[in-house]
Amino acid sequence: MEEFTVVGKRLPRVDAVVKATGEAMYAADMELPGMLHGKMLRSPHPHARILNIDTGRAERLQGVKAVVTAKDTLGYRYGDLILGKGDEPFLATEKVRFVGDEVAAVAAVDEDTAEEALQLIDVEYELLPAVFDPLEAMEEGAPLLHEHAANNIACKSTMRFGDVEAGFRRSDCVREDRFETQPVCHAFLEPHAALATYDSTGKITFWGSKQSPYFTYRNMPRALGLELSKVRIVQPFIGGGFGGKNEMFSLDFTAALLSMKTGKPVKIVYGQEEVLSAGRQRNPTIMDIKTGVGKDGTIMAIKCRIVANGGAYISIGRMTRYLMGSVLALPYRVPNLEYDGYRVYTNNQVCCAQRGHGVPQVRYAAESQLDMIARELDIDPLDIRLKNALQPGDNTVNGFRITSCGLTECLQKAGEIKKWREEWGELPPNKKRGIGFGAYGFVSGPRVAGHNTAGAMVKVHEDGAISVLTGATDSGQGSDSCLSQIAAEVLGLGLDKVRLVMPDSEVTPLDPGTFGSRVTFVSGNAVWIAADDARKQLAEVGAELLGAHPEELVFRNEQVFVRDDPEKNMPFTKLVKSACYSGTGRTIMGRGYFAPELEVPNYETGEGNMSATYSFGAQAAEVEVDTDTGKITVTRMKVLHDCGRAINPMHVEGQLEGSVCGGLGQALLEDKIKGKDTGQASNPSFMEYKLPSAVDMPDIESEAVETIDPVGPFGAKESGEGVQVSTVPAITNAVYDALGVMVKTLPVTPEKILKALEKENEE
Amino acid sequence: MKQLISLNVNGETHELAVFPWRTLQEVIREELKLTGTKKGCDTGDCGACTVLLDGRAVLSCLLLAVRCQDAEIVTIEGLAESKDRLHPLQEAFVNHGAIQCGFCTPGVILTAKALLDSNPNPTKEEIRVGISGNLCRCTGYAKIIEAIQAAQSA
Ligand code: FES
Ligand code: FES
Repeated sequence: MEEFTVVGKRLPRVDAVVKATGEAMYAADMELPGMLHGKMLRSPHPHARILNIDTGRAERLQGVKAVVTAKDTLGYRYGDLILGKGDEPFLATEKVRFVGDEVAAVAAVDEDTAEEALQLIDVEYELLPAVFDPLEAMEEGAPLLHEHAANNIACKSTMRFGDVEAGFRRSDCVREDRFETQPVCHAFLEPHAALATYDSTGKITFWGSKQSPYFTYRNMPRALGLELSKVRIVQPFIGGGFGGKNEMFSLDFTAALLSMKTGKPVKIVYGQEEVLSAGRQRNPTIMDIKTGVGKDGTIMAIKCRIVANGGAYISIGRMTRYLMGSVLALPYRVPNLEYDGYRVYTNNQVCCAQRGHGVPQVRYAAESQLDMIARELDIDPLDIRLKNALQPGDNTVNGFRITSCGLTECLQKAGEIKKWREEWGELPPNKKRGIGFGAYGFVSGPRVAGHNTAGAMVKVHEDGAISVLTGATDSGQGSDSCLSQIAAEVLGLGLDKVRLVMPDSEVTPLDPGTFGSRVTFVSGNAVWIAADDARKQLAEVGAELLGAHPEELVFRNEQVFVRDDPEKNMPFTKLVKSACYSGTGRTIMGRGYFAPELEVPNYETGEGNMSATYSFGAQAAEVEVDTDTGKITVTRMKVLHDCGRAINPMHVEGQLEGSVCGGLGQALLEDKIKGKDTGQASNPSFMEYKLPSAVDMPDIESEAVETIDPVGPFGAKESGEGVQVSTVPAITNAVYDALGVMVKTLPVTPEKILKALEKENEE
Repeated sequence: MKQLISLNVNGETHELAVFPWRTLQEVIREELKLTGTKKGCDTGDCGACTVLLDGRAVLSCLLLAVRCQDAEIVTIEGLAESKDRLHPLQEAFVNHGAIQCGFCTPGVILTAKALLDSNPNPTKEEIRVGISGNLCRCTGYAKIIEAIQAAQSA
């Protein structure tokens, strides 16, 4: 008999049908009777003091129901999920700090009227000098964005582990390189949307495109002066998040505020241009990295200084600068490590988490440099990775405890692509091919701050179906299906017996949200426990009916039977009915919660084990470079990911393929081009900002490597983010293999390739 | 001034009064409440608003509703024969894991429908090119292509 009936199966997503038919409702699709439409007025200046805002003309426009500015707010500042010292007002108070900063908002009978009213708001600004370059921003005398942050340093980490200088002395090859990365947008296709309605009991009900609705749940009442439970956050379907819909944003608060002002439901939907030009993005970085390696390939020491250009507000920046340093200790053994990380304020769009959160930048630098070192030492790039790969049971210098770890197996399997070389045959003189590797380790359910608990409830319906209630958000990654499969397996049901319930703060249990690749691992365990609790409640009834002990009952294939006497059995539905309709009328409701035992790491010094487990993986890219045009084509990729156990291999593959697509975009195509004197994105559309389309994508062979994590539900750990971390270096290393030149700034454009080739020819 | 128009959507004729500058997308979403047609960009760059106009896949955010009066329009809501019978493309997208967040899905499915109608046996390359106007940030396209291939042989 197979071990599992639902877990490990390639089953369709629980929400696939309604998404295929267009029935799935996203926030922008929702409407309420009498609903008004809101629009935001944004700053045209990168840095300016607000002297006066005159809303009179706008208010008098027919159809306008309310205009709000900072004066209508309590001055609450959001952002900074780590320390709670937010610095971002949802409507600018005394200053604006980047082009696009929200200054005022209008609610009107329709979008056109709201738009027109924006033009009628008169804002008097006093222009201030602005700074866009993070290194300039750190210099003495640079314009200061926030009074409290000297030299515009929002936060800093200083990590010192071991003795790097001694490590470098013992090394046979020491390299120092500077790598730089570009601003990249999340590019979810669904722009931010929020619908809020305030009722006469003083309650706000809110539907928004939030990937972690509980952030909004906690911040909204503080911002609006309401009791926590007088804010109800209901989650509709989410059109992709990738880290960019975690935090609350101006529209969320503003829709609620406008509803309070007008007594009507208010919907605000950003245009994609607003999202791309004023929304969040991935931190651009300047990374100076020095690595020392012995002649046998052993990594001796890494020293790294990273300046992250975080933009105008802190957002989740404290985490970013910590992660950028701490992941230098993954996925290889690094005995000596030093890191200075700065997250710097500039008058640019604000940066936050994005799939891989800070790690793709660092792995690009570290993995690319490792290939350059391997070449100098004449070691195969795969061998140098195998030589240093972390192993189960290892502790890293900064305190990460490695439990399950399939990195070696992933690398070995990735290495199989070396046979691709033999398939190349004779290439035309202007075509060069190469293969490259990248590897990674990634957190799976880190404890970021405060609590990291996830709760779950499993309600058993009278007809034998179940509803799984959690606060975990499926922003597209498939977690609802994963959690449903876990619950179904525990209760011996088919996946078709699970009814989907979306998070609703009034009903579903506590959960911080979807970030840090935590849902499968943390919420998955909570669901496992809740389903098991429901099973135990049913088993008590079943034991009586079948004349056995509750522990002897097996739930499988919608039947319940006695383990050693399977003849004694009954259908699951019958058991449920007996339980529900018995004299005592039991309500079968399983309850579970889970928080991995973890301390919050020290973000300044880097000490601590941030995650109860880590995922690992490796990938290999094959590229073809046209040396006449500089065009790079990724022709094939192979992705190996240790996800502990694949609860649904098809969905794991989907995560891996999507991650590769995001990584390929960052490696070769995507870049927000910023105006020199404004910091403003000059390409805020998908026409000019190049996302990979179907023609840019290679064939991808992806495979889950299973290590069965001791703590993960059914042994599972994350699969949503890790892979994106090493796509970039796999590609840059393949280009390096093809041409012998390493491009040290992203994206690797044809122009940069041609320049590099030219320079090489000169030398 | 609003203009009276009649639109044939999913086999039903609707008499509507709309401003002449309203796009087909706006009218479909806001007047007809067919919200399966998504607004990803409103500028013709993402494909999320794709509908079929006389069998051709078009971007409804770039078309004025008043110009579509003589056409047969099909949105994602009109593709399946009935609530309990998905179109083979929808079926394939569901079964092959081609849907993640689902925001691009209606547009991609309709683009694929037009593609398969004009070229019943496209190669993988032809599929790639055929759907290259539909952006998807979630799937990396691999499973979408697989689903279209499966639907073509179904
Ligand atoms: S919404 Fe029409 S192409 Fe994006
Ligand atoms: S499934 Fe999310 S954009 Fe395609």
